[in-house]
Amino acid sequence: MVIALPKGRILEEAQSLLTAAGLPLPPDLEHSRRLTVTIPESAVEIVLAKPMDVPTYVEYGAADIGIVGKDVLLEHGRDVYELLDLRIGVCRLSLAGLPEQKGLSLHRVATKYPMIASQYFRSKGQQVEVILLHGSIELAPLTGLAEGIVDIVSTGRTLRENGLVELEQIMPITSRLIANRVSYRMKHRQIEALMEKISRALEKEAGR
Amino acid sequence: MPGPKVFEKPLGMRDFLPDMAERKRSLEMRIQRVLEQWGYREIITPTLEFYETVGAASATMTDKMFKLLDREGHTLVLRPDMTAPIARIAASLDEASYPLRFLYHASVFRAQEQEAGRNAEFFQTGVELLGEASPEADAEVVALALNCLAEAGVRHYKLALGHVGLLDGLLTENVADEQLRNDLKRDLLRRDHVAFRRRLAQSAVPAERRERLLALLPVYHGEQVQALARLVGGDRSAAALANLQAIWTLLDAYGVQDKVMLDLTLIGFLNYYTGVVFEGFAEGYGFHVLSGGRYDHLLQRFGSHAPATGFALKIDRLLEIGDYSGNAAERVAVAYRPEHIRQAIAWTRRLREEHPTWAVEMIALGNDFQPRQQAAFEERQRRRGVQRVLYVKGEDDDEA
Repeated sequence: MVIALPKGRILEEAQSLLTAAGLPLPPDLEHSRRLTVTIPESAVEIVLAKPMDVPTYVEYGAADIGIVGKDVLLEHGRDVYELLDLRIGVCRLSLAGLPEQKGLSLHRVATKYPMIASQYFRSKGQQVEVILLHGSIELAPLTGLAEGIVDIVSTGRTLRENGLVELEQIMPITSRLIANRVSYRMKHRQIEALMEKISRALEKEAGR
Repeated sequence: MPGPKVFEKPLGMRDFLPDMAERKRSLEMRIQRVLEQWGYREIITPTLEFYETVGAASATMTDKMFKLLDREGHTLVLRPDMTAPIARIAASLDEASYPLRFLYHASVFRAQEQEAGRNAEFFQTGVELLGEASPEADAEVVALALNCLAEAGVRHYKLALGHVGLLDGLLTENVADEQLRNDLKRDLLRRDHVAFRRRLAQSAVPAERRERLLALLPVYHGEQVQALARLVGGDRSAAALANLQAIWTLLDAYGVQDKVMLDLTLIGFLNYYTGVVFEGFAEGYGFHVLSGGRYDHLLQRFGSHAPATGFALKIDRLLEIGDYSGNAAERVAVAYRPEHIRQAIAWTRRLREEHPTWAVEMIALGNDFQPRQQAAFEERQRRRGVQRVLYVKGEDDDEA
């Protein structure tokens, strides 16, 4: 079974969750330059991908299952099974901007999530130009490129350090266990067993 | 925007060069042989249909159809599937001819917005069994689909079987709120189990009923199927479950039950299938290779009440995984000097008659062709895929 994990923010939490579920991952995964890791004695192979690419690997069956944030799933709309809320990578998608922007209408918003952002403004009946950026989104209001940004916020520290405030919370985000359409059926017993172990690990975590 | 390059094709359209075309044809013929043995007969329908009739009846979303206008201003579509055109035909036929068993090989067209390189023209081979509502008809179609996968050279394959009637029955019996019901169904259609569970947990649906609906989520194998009885809570689900169990038993009679698992979350398309619905998979390939189900309401759109069931095999996908090769014709070249053209034609005709499995082409040599050039000439032919070169020598001695 091939499991796709996202490099970056969520990896550490995903790693400890899988370890708690009985899949011991090598501890130095985060800093390793290797992109695939075989876990001995479990017939599991881990592939490390960019978070945005995890659903793609899973949709095409290059990975059977994967762990990825709901933000990525919403933005890219891949045809995969969404099996479990893993309650890791907890954060929220928010609209943020300079404090003086509060209560004013927006004309331009910069984001890494153009789909989610345009859907959000459309659902509110607001006419907003959505600008796609690939990183350092906080720069947009500071340089005058846009009045607001739509981005994920976990502690809010990055916003504060750049003098920005959360204007509206769009939706809470957690990471999900996803599965390929075929693998979910062909390897159903394996996947279900893993789901059960993960659920038990999650319950233990919640009971703590 | 610059115009297309001379070699470019419209987005999602492909060429099939001979190797691939041979493989495709050979796969289609292998499947056709099975389908014909089961009593299905080929049917051919037009590539263009009216949007208002066949287009609107199709399960494909309107925004994925290729549309054009005819000279009278009617909107036409490139057929997005074969089921709707066949329903159109079947509805117009005399019911005395029922049940109808049709097979087809056809390309269907669906626009893709994602990655460049995704196909917009798909090759499908499929069947429709019309005018027969019995579990026997559903079991026949499922067993036939599995037979086709075996014949297509797929080594490890499985089929997931759902039942939209059972799913709808359970939702109606356990969820009073219609909006919630539709939302739950949409969650399943999107394969989003997380949203399905959360929506139920947050709803006013009593715990016992919630449990029944949560029991839809897992996949059921073999003996576990008996456990479905505990889900039933009303006439509608009871009737649907009886239908599903009858089909399940028949699949055992066909000897294919171990290849089938039950997935009650399968819907296929919203408001399209009415009874069983299924998808077939090949191990190691990420996309399903066949899909089908019962669609008893479709023919109503064409003025008939006939029930119907069927499936389509995704030929493009099977071509990526099958172990079979194209036709194994031996490729032979008859090489001749221009002055020997008459002998060459006569000999070639004889070779084609004597060796029906050979593919014989004729190649003219230059007038100044020297024996020492022979090795290079043969090497070039080998690289073209020719397995055997024969030379026309002259008057009577013709073989090399």
